[in-house]
Amino acid sequence: MTHIAKPRFTHPLLGTNALGLSRRDYEGSMSTLCAGCGHDSISAAIIQACAEMSMPPHMMAKLSGIGCSSKTPNYFLSKSHGFNSVHGRMPSIATGSNLANHELYYVGVSGDGDTASIGLGQFAHAVRRQVNMLYVVENNGTYGLTKGQLSATADVGMRSKTGEINPHDSIDLVSLALQLGASFVARGFSGDKEQLVPLIKAGFSHRGFALLDIISPCVTFNNHAESTKSFDYVREHNAMMNRPDFVPRREEITVSYEAGESRDVTLHDGGVVRLHKLAEDYDPADRVAALHHVQELQTKGEIPTGLIYVDAKAPDLHARMGTPPVPLNRLGEAELCPGSARLEAINSRLR
Amino acid sequence: MNPTDTANPDYYHRVVDCQWACPAHTPVPEYIRLIAARRYTDAYMVNWWSNVFPGILGRTCDRPCEPACRRDRIDDKPVAICRLKRVAADNRGDITPFLPRIPKEKNGRRIACVGAGPASLAVARDLMPLGYEVVVYDEADRAGGMMLSQIPAFRLPYEVLEDEVNYILDMGVEFRSNHYVGSLKSLLEHEDDYDAIFIGTGAPRGRELDIPGRQEAADHIHIGIDWLSSVAFEHTERIGRRVVVLGGGNTAMDCCRTARRLGGEQVDVVVRSGFDEMKASEWEIEEAMEEDIPIHNFLVPKEFLHEGGRLTGVRFDHVRREVDESGRRRLVPTGEERIFECDDVLVAIGQENAFPWIERDIGIEFGEWDMPVVDRVTFRTTHPKVFIGGDAAFGPENIIWAVAHAHEAAISIDRACRGEDLHDRPPDHVTLVSQKMGIHEWSYDNDIDHARRYIVPHADKEKALAERRMEVELGFDEDLGYKEAMRCLNCDVQTVFSESLCIECDACVDVCPTDCITFTENGEEADLRTRLMAPARNEEQALLVSDLLKTERVMVKDEDVCLHCGLCAERCPTSAWDMQKFLLDSAMAYEPEHGRGGGNGTGGERGNGHWQPPQRGLPPEAPSQPRQEHDHA
Repeated sequence: MTHIAKPRFTHPLLGTNALGLSRRDYEGSMSTLCAGCGHDSISAAIIQACAEMSMPPHMMAKLSGIGCSSKTPNYFLSKSHGFNSVHGRMPSIATGSNLANHELYYVGVSGDGDTASIGLGQFAHAVRRQVNMLYVVENNGTYGLTKGQLSATADVGMRSKTGEINPHDSIDLVSLALQLGASFVARGFSGDKEQLVPLIKAGFSHRGFALLDIISPCVTFNNHAESTKSFDYVREHNAMMNRPDFVPRREEITVSYEAGESRDVTLHDGGVVRLHKLAEDYDPADRVAALHHVQELQTKGEIPTGLIYVDAKAPDLHARMGTPPVPLNRLGEAELCPGSARLEAINSRLR
Repeated sequence: MNPTDTANPDYYHRVVDCQWACPAHTPVPEYIRLIAARRYTDAYMVNWWSNVFPGILGRTCDRPCEPACRRDRIDDKPVAICRLKRVAADNRGDITPFLPRIPKEKNGRRIACVGAGPASLAVARDLMPLGYEVVVYDEADRAGGMMLSQIPAFRLPYEVLEDEVNYILDMGVEFRSNHYVGSLKSLLEHEDDYDAIFIGTGAPRGRELDIPGRQEAADHIHIGIDWLSSVAFEHTERIGRRVVVLGGGNTAMDCCRTARRLGGEQVDVVVRSGFDEMKASEWEIEEAMEEDIPIHNFLVPKEFLHEGGRLTGVRFDHVRREVDESGRRRLVPTGEERIFECDDVLVAIGQENAFPWIERDIGIEFGEWDMPVVDRVTFRTTHPKVFIGGDAAFGPENIIWAVAHAHEAAISIDRACRGEDLHDRPPDHVTLVSQKMGIHEWSYDNDIDHARRYIVPHADKEKALAERRMEVELGFDEDLGYKEAMRCLNCDVQTVFSESLCIECDACVDVCPTDCITFTENGEEADLRTRLMAPARNEEQALLVSDLLKTERVMVKDEDVCLHCGLCAERCPTSAWDMQKFLLDSAMAYEPEHGRGGGNGTGGERGNGHWQPPQRGLPPEAPSQPRQEHDHA
């Protein structure tokens, strides 16, 4: 690990955003991950996305479980809230936090172990409940922190760096999230920030559960010639379903494209994702078609990336439960105590 | 763009901005690291080989290195390179064991150097170890030239000058003092049968100001450099109470400050054009103003006023600056006049070369402005045995340029004496060595210091003005020297990229604090410069461009504001980035057998077994908080 702190000197042309913050203000401590880890690129992408969107750091919360990926919230947004939870239990913390204060932006960072193994049950319920959060899976198909065992997202038949062949089928988090009702499903690649940064921005703008599965090669244990999650393999098999551009609500859309070449999706907060290089006849608003498309590509050994499915109008957890507009953590005794007359009415209804 | 040719030494040399800017190409970061390691003698020797007069230059250099310093481009101030050089000189131990051995058996060649200034002395220094017999002539009784006669003692104590002059004279140079050479012809034809003659006579004539009253009031109007010289040799000890100094160069600054010490109570500097156009170094202007010397601008001298042969003042026309369509500036009289009453005037409006002692029929061709024609590479005149360097060659410059000329002239003289082609120049010595000592461990301190430039302590003003010889700048002590040395970014430790190892993981791009690195599609330079992580607008700074990578992209690194922190190399999983120290020692006539400075400051190829890693953090017993420079409030 690097022993020195990142110098505070910046490029003289480094600008500031609408909040007067530079990209460097969204950084965290120096990463302690292996040099070249895909996860560090994802942290950099989150930093870039937040800086460009002028996200207020004090209105953001970063949550994670256990694993290499779950260490990364320490490496970005040092001025935001954070909670590093028990292994696989980040979805519960996110659900609880979100219920208590829906005004914060939540970003959960998890890995393939934390989400697809120990935390699979928790993950499923956070999706099902439409917790309003950006759920990032830093997916490298290996348990890096315990020295490279095959994880639940490793492809069947793949040989690990130590020669072990994976006898089990892999869990595809994209398909799972589609089935469980996620209203935003995307996949990115840590080695392609041009695609990844707009996906992160769109995820923040979406209201509801946004899954962003990011293939993030493990340079130490899963970047060998036979890996299906190496830089080279992903670059060769990347079936890019679209290249998104994100336009925040405040900015006017000026560029126009030929019909069929691109498609605009307006998100909940008014931001627009413009999808370029769309696969032919592909409709990201059709859940069944999306699932079909993903399955079809994956059967051929391809890795579909891009914004795979989005339903900007789906109700989130709070909408479904009918909670009041004021966050629950700010309700006082007066609002919370219904009074004896009201209590009597409720009780009598149950008699 | 084509992949950058880093095999050409100029590429990495340019990245070391200070060394590139230095006329003598002194390896600056190299000796700064040695200072941080408190190896002052080694730091001194690195300098001595390269610039010959470290103690003198550490006080008086024009410092072309400092405006070039990378720290100046990252919203900071340059490292105080010149003052650090002085730290090495002030704290050095006995250097005699490291001086070159002078052969007892001479090679039979005799060289004459005319003038005992920096150029001639440096030529002698370079040739003596090769067995030449060198004779230096000077009209003064001591050697040093303008360093002795024109630089006031409060900037350069005589002992400092004497030490460094003697290192050279003690090599066995024959110094013929009080000997004015009045004829080059006789030197060539009659005296001592010289194989080569080097002319290092400087620019000895101060420019005259021929306006009404000049003759009548001549007793109280002095030419700046002559007056400084007469002060240095103690022929002049007083000046009038009110003094006007004409001119805005460094000589004018020396004149006005000397005048303050010789009884001038009200000393005014008056310049023709704008304050911002003054030729004097910024720090010398500041120091003059510190000594209560006002500087008046846009005043053109018109007449010396006098009464009965006594100077009473100077009359000036007030002018304003106008810029015409072609961008040329003109000074236009406003019609106003100003009169400065004064007792003495010092004229410091420029210096000129003068060669009344060179006959025009001996084969030396004279060109424009009656200057001898000199080859810019070999420093030879049109006479095969006559060479010129320093201010005498191309007009007034400074000491460090004189040294740079001298190194080249010495190479030429040596080659000429051996009958070799003068244009076949020896190459510089270049090494490029990895500084990796382990995982994320480098043999240089890559932890960037954010301290601002430290302010050098000065002597008490009242005392300094009362004693002409009292040195004003006290220099950094060891502790401040260490702190200032730690500000150096080690620009000579290069970011070396190997495309064959790169897996394009972006780790270097993500970690770079100053957004220097981009992976992108190749293009023409002008286009590429706009498409980087941060636009590369400083076109004086090169782009390092790789060959095509696996994804058909190229790696482009803008050298402009790279901190050389090595984080790209630390975060690179495949060592496609490596930090390698580039050391360039300029070619000299004599190459010292045991290297130029007893160790390289970072370990590695020139180590002498005594390497100590630079200390990290504060040294013990840190005194009270030192002062740092901040942006001008």
